[in-house]
Amino acid sequence: MKSVLPVLTIVAAILFVWVLAVIPMNMHLTADQAQRDGLVVSPETPAERQDHSGLGLSLRNPSLLGLTFVQERPRLPSPHQVAVEMWDTIVMKKITSKRSLVYHGWVTLSATLLGFAIGTGLGILLAVGIVYNRAMDMSVMPWAIASQTIPILALAPMIIVMLGAIGIQGLLPKAIISAYLSFFPVVVGMVKGLRSPDGMQLDLLRTYHASPAQGFWKLRLPASVPYLFASLKIGISASLVGAIVAELPTGARAGFGARMLVGDQYGQPLVTWAALFAAAITAAALVGLFSLLERLTLRRMGMVRA
Amino acid sequence: MTWVAIIGALAIWAVGWFINTRLANGPKSDARLVGLLVPIIFGLTLLLMWEWLVRMLEVNAVILPPPSAIGVRFVSELPRLWADFEQTIIKGAMTGYLFGAVAAFAVAILADRSDFLTRGILPVGGFMAALPIVGTAPIFVKWLGSGWESKAAVVGVMVFFPILVNTVAGLRDTTAMQRDLMRTYGAGYWPSLFKLRLPAAMPFIFNGLKIATTLALIGAIVAEFFGSPTVGMGFRISTSVGQLALDMVWAEIVVAAIAGSTLYGLMAWIEGRVTFWHPSQRK
Amino acid sequence: MSQQTIINAQGLNLTFQTNDGPVHALKDVNLEINKGDFVSFIGPSGCGKTTFLRCMAGLETPTGGEITVNGMTPDEARRARAYGYVFQAAGLYPWRTIGGNIKLPLEIMGFSKAEQAERVGRVLELVDLAGFEKRFPWQLSGGMQQRASIARALAFDADILLMDEPFGALDEIVRDHLNEQLLKLWARTEKTIGFVTHSIPEAVYLSTKIVVMSPRPGRITDVIESPLPKDRPLDIRDSAEFIEIAHRVRDGLRAGHDDV
Repeated sequence: MKSVLPVLTIVAAILFVWVLAVIPMNMHLTADQAQRDGLVVSPETPAERQDHSGLGLSLRNPSLLGLTFVQERPRLPSPHQVAVEMWDTIVMKKITSKRSLVYHGWVTLSATLLGFAIGTGLGILLAVGIVYNRAMDMSVMPWAIASQTIPILALAPMIIVMLGAIGIQGLLPKAIISAYLSFFPVVVGMVKGLRSPDGMQLDLLRTYHASPAQGFWKLRLPASVPYLFASLKIGISASLVGAIVAELPTGARAGFGARMLVGDQYGQPLVTWAALFAAAITAAALVGLFSLLERLTLRRMGMVRA
Repeated sequence: MTWVAIIGALAIWAVGWFINTRLANGPKSDARLVGLLVPIIFGLTLLLMWEWLVRMLEVNAVILPPPSAIGVRFVSELPRLWADFEQTIIKGAMTGYLFGAVAAFAVAILADRSDFLTRGILPVGGFMAALPIVGTAPIFVKWLGSGWESKAAVVGVMVFFPILVNTVAGLRDTTAMQRDLMRTYGAGYWPSLFKLRLPAAMPFIFNGLKIATTLALIGAIVAEFFGSPTVGMGFRISTSVGQLALDMVWAEIVVAAIAGSTLYGLMAWIEGRVTFWHPSQRK
Repeated sequence: MSQQTIINAQGLNLTFQTNDGPVHALKDVNLEINKGDFVSFIGPSGCGKTTFLRCMAGLETPTGGEITVNGMTPDEARRARAYGYVFQAAGLYPWRTIGGNIKLPLEIMGFSKAEQAERVGRVLELVDLAGFEKRFPWQLSGGMQQRASIARALAFDADILLMDEPFGALDEIVRDHLNEQLLKLWARTEKTIGFVTHSIPEAVYLSTKIVVMSPRPGRITDVIESPLPKDRPLDIRDSAEFIEIAHRVRDGLRAGHDDV
């Protein structure tokens, strides 16, 4: 809890810089709009205004400063505009509405969770295989590690199209991309965890003449739990990004990624920003949830490190 | 025909698996050559199965081209692939990487002077690093145009947080004893920073730099899905998908894979030289 | 042999505030250390011996009383580079060679490159590590690393050497050898040495003065001036005189223990 004040300070500093930046960023279009509304703007023509920077214009038109915060299509929305848009589309809209962020959030989240579950499940199985089968270890592990250096996300559009061609559409292709993105971090992390017990621990089990299965359940699996949680946290945020990106290429109509694209294409930046923040909050909530699960599990296992 | 295809594929798998099992459990299994050979054989087995199944099952090459077709496309489109590589990787990803890394170092060293700031930055930075920053791509395209500059900006923001968090964590990682030693020499902040804390932080810093290479690539490519001039890997992938020219998409993926592993490998090599003293580097 | 007092502690008190309440690490400590003394501090955990060493080094600030080093406050003495400190672990930087590690204080203190090279060669000789300049710490054994750590503390010619259980992690044979070497070093360089230890034979073997301390609160229970000659072979440890002094130390320790 010692960190609360520093964190709040940093967040406050970021908000402060954001609010300040709104003014020069929006000044050009504010001036244009003000001129159309008949207000006095200096300089008077758009052509002349082009020669000035946003900052320069702001200094010359102090009366317009307040207006930069309420533009309908701002270059940089102010924090309160984003908050209002989010409130509007999360709380004020019915969940069944096509504009509700809760609906879109669920579309993305469902793909994320499904993909994450598949990726994690398969990842754990493969990790066990790698640890107990040397041929699998030497064949697959180098690829698992190498795959972390490859931008797998670039495959997303193609996978959507391929699956679409054989009739799989909607939730499943997105889930498969999410699964793929969480798969390798889980494999690598789980292998590390299953291999973490040191020589001394393994020797002890040998003196008990324990079978490999007993060694697995009694030693390796419990020892791997901290590593598993670390990978789960990486995996869930990767899955979410995967689901969002999967919505982009085929012009999906639902989901966070789709909203970001729609906002962009239809010139409604507030929609894009609201979707972005909602996605960020979702990511934070998911990672936070797993952190909480981690703490509870490790505490019950007596593995809590202060 | 389907039966022949499946049995053939299983046969290829069996041969590959057999060879690898013999190698992995054989007497020379610890040799470096074997360590390289086994995954290569595994990869080749998969490629052969792919080629076999696609041809035998007469899969529509538009949807899933065989590896041979991809190879042909790769070679024939080299100039265009190179232009895309230049635009996305060199201009977009690497510029963004450089700016993001330098900015992260600067902030880390500034924050290092204050324990208060450090305690605030670590949680906030870690939080930001987990966010889908790729989603800021359309916003940057709006601000900076659809050229490589907007992609570099996305990459810069994406790599900033992991490098910042790792550097800050690394600078904190000295033991009380090492800091006391510096105090007994009457060493001030800057000598202490350069002689003790920065060298000790290198393993952490490189961890962040390696993670950042992958993020940079992803950021540059995916940002191009949101808008790009008529060149660039992300652009090529999304338009080729639209034209159902999937062999071109695969060719671009191959370029991305080569670029990704090379950059990561380069960073890992530099890491090995700089942090030669760390237990993880001394096998 | 001048009887010049270079470290003087009067009524030294140090209380730590911890989560479990205040801890009296040092209470009313009075001690004079003369130039050329080899002073051992011995006592159980928590008796304040390391804390006192750190006070001398200016690494801790007393909450009461006074301590001067070379007539200055410990902080000023530290900035004047009056002493070298050897920790329990060698604490060598793994990214520097042995030579590089010894150069560390010299670089910070601004010695010229030529001077640095000369000093490195000289102190490595003193601790019998000549020729190991280009090796890395992890290529050396624990005993050799600790010797390198001592060499590092000697490199800038501080008159005072403060050592906090430097040989504690080493096996007995290496320890004996290092004890011998330390005495020879002391004879050659005529430094004043403050030495914290857990081991009674080590304390008696090495010192001209033994300070016995006990915990809760940390205080001095006995100060023994050793009658043993300066020139001591290892087998002096079997002599009657040695055993007598060791008994006296043990009594002092037990007395402190019984008070608790």
